[in-house]
Amino acid sequence: MSLELTADQHDYRDRLRAWLDEHGADAPRRHVLEPQDDAAVARLRAWQGRLSDAGYVGVTWPARFGGPGGTPAEAVIVDQELEARGIAGPFDFIGIGMVGPTIMAHGTPEQQERHLAPLLRGDEFWCQLLSEPGAGSDLAAVQTRARRREDGAWVVNGQKVWTSFAQHAAFGILLARTDPAVAKHKGLSMFLVPMDSDGLTIRPLRQITGDAEFNEVFLDDLVLPADAMIGAEGEGWKVALTMLGFERVAVGSGLHAVRLERLVAAIAEDPAAREDHAVRVRMGQVASQLLALRHTSERVVREIAEGRVPGPDAGLIKITSVIASLDACRFVVDAIGPDALVDGEWGHQVSALPGVRSAGGTEEILRNLIGERHLGLPPEPRVAPPAPAAPAPAPAPATV
Amino acid sequence: MYLPLTDEQTFLREAALDALARHATVEAAREALDDAVYPVLWPTGTEAGWTGLLTGEDADGVGLGAYEALLVLEACGGRLADARLLGHLPATALLEAAGADAQLRGALARGERRAALVDGGAGDRPGAISLDGDFASGAVTGVLDADGADVLVVVCGDTLLVVEAGADGVVVAGKRAYDSTRAVADVVLRTAAGTRLELPAGRGRDGVDLQRALLAAEAVGAADAAMRMARDYAVDRFAFGRPIGSYQAIKHKIVEMLRLVEGARSLLVAAGEAWAHDRDGFALAANAARVTADDALRYAAPENIFIHGGVGATWEHDAQLYYRRAESSRRLAGGVDAAAAAVADALLAAA
Repeated sequence: MSLELTADQHDYRDRLRAWLDEHGADAPRRHVLEPQDDAAVARLRAWQGRLSDAGYVGVTWPARFGGPGGTPAEAVIVDQELEARGIAGPFDFIGIGMVGPTIMAHGTPEQQERHLAPLLRGDEFWCQLLSEPGAGSDLAAVQTRARRREDGAWVVNGQKVWTSFAQHAAFGILLARTDPAVAKHKGLSMFLVPMDSDGLTIRPLRQITGDAEFNEVFLDDLVLPADAMIGAEGEGWKVALTMLGFERVAVGSGLHAVRLERLVAAIAEDPAAREDHAVRVRMGQVASQLLALRHTSERVVREIAEGRVPGPDAGLIKITSVIASLDACRFVVDAIGPDALVDGEWGHQVSALPGVRSAGGTEEILRNLIGERHLGLPPEPRVAPPAPAAPAPAPAPATV
Repeated sequence: MYLPLTDEQTFLREAALDALARHATVEAAREALDDAVYPVLWPTGTEAGWTGLLTGEDADGVGLGAYEALLVLEACGGRLADARLLGHLPATALLEAAGADAQLRGALARGERRAALVDGGAGDRPGAISLDGDFASGAVTGVLDADGADVLVVVCGDTLLVVEAGADGVVVAGKRAYDSTRAVADVVLRTAAGTRLELPAGRGRDGVDLQRALLAAEAVGAADAAMRMARDYAVDRFAFGRPIGSYQAIKHKIVEMLRLVEGARSLLVAAGEAWAHDRDGFALAANAARVTADDALRYAAPENIFIHGGVGATWEHDAQLYYRRAESSRRLAGGVDAAAAAVADALLAAA
């Protein structure tokens, strides 16, 4: 079997376990409830720093980017060990899982030098300024404009929404339209934005859960230097696709998933539920889905390990994650009673999961992608976009 | 999606697909519905070494693991081929673990004799079969591959009783199955004499769990085939001026088939890995594979009929054969609910 751990991997696991024995006692717990207060966030960030110093964050990041240069198998081992102990992983999953790899792929050496190390340590937190109120899953329909000034700087105006953790972020990665005259996928560029810039306003959005993880972000005459662009001008869509590929893996690989161990504990602690045959049958059904999710995620990680880019079918993981997790939550509430809806993780997850269905691309968009790219099914006829503005005639002589 | 395979495993899988392609098994499955005799691919399996996959090389076996067996069964499932391995392989695995004599193991590995697994704790009630020294008594209904088997390997706890099918007090009554490719029989033992063997503690259930994993592999193969059938039709068939696969309502059903198949396939990989490296974890992975694979086939088979429209619901169309497999498969070997309960048992036992 090609999956067995090598001697090196066993050693790696042993070293990690020893490190966690020594340092993990006061580590923050892995929690499905979003951290609400600044103290909790500070604690999680400090923990990310300690994990990072020991080489357990961004495990596969190459040494030239400040990472430990580990193997994907080692990354899986770290996840497994933290998960098994119920210890929190890196807090900035957006930075580690999505933005960092995107900067590695498309950033200039200066951008990589400036941003990757503080990102890895959790010193500078990241958010993604992608979605807009009018765009939704049709991400390329973004209207936020960046206009080049004569001195080469960019002036940004527009509004973003569904921006996770903007309130904690030092930087955001921003998709903006730099050329409105060309087809919608072609006129986009990506920028790195300091979140404390003048002209940038963050307004929290309270969700069904009661939390305000998401934010609206308003951009009013925000000025960015020329070197804030990541990738080439007009290549923003390519950069965005790179990031979305990583996002689907990250969103799917357990980010929002119910932890099987918590489900088992909930039933194990309830003697009546535990002895009920019908409960056990249903528990087996939902647990099997969560196990399928876990092992499929591992397969995708192994694919990446062998140098493949996560394909559209990585989106399957995200869909399964939401379906299996909601099934699992509903099962637990059925088994242990309606009080479970009121406080704690089960009620929180029941509230959070319907919204997650549209995060990282709606289920329907993902199913279209997978059906068309992976199964070769014919595309849905697209309504022709409005014809681009006719090529402007030769500029009229200035009338002033 | 990608499967982690060694060169040897890739070769085994491709050889299985080639061997199966030489037989019109799907057509035969339909003809068998009209009482034609369904060809059992036992000779194919013997020639390919499948019958000895889990028997040691000391007894002419191939000495491979569960993952290799699962790959072969997945290939069989895709073609609705029946090589009688669902009963034989778990029985040979238990005989291997119990240290049965090389003569018996060799005859089974070479395909000269065929074995079936009888779960003495299954049937209509727990402990359906009781052992008294070297004698077994009791009844189990719906035993996979028992019809025509030479040897019945009865497992009660961690004890095996190897009973000749033709021995005094043994009645094996074959039944007509909803899925024409299945050889299912009721087994009655009345103080039937056999050879008693002991397994290492806790290993008795490996046979039942392996049988469930093999059923899961077959179901994954069948669901994958139903998905491909639906996909190909959805590309070719036009309605309202468009290929029907361009409609989200159809496209999303086929992607759902893929999603369920890939999840179940991941658990087959996990089961194969557990068999080789973490036998105590095998029950969890094998039973979870069974639950998800049967769910995948239960979704894919009827939706494939639906996507084909009226023609998919005709007697002549292949789609019904996969549907029969789906409805039959999830009720065999104790039924899929027993596998779900076993998943919960394994998780709660560790809690």
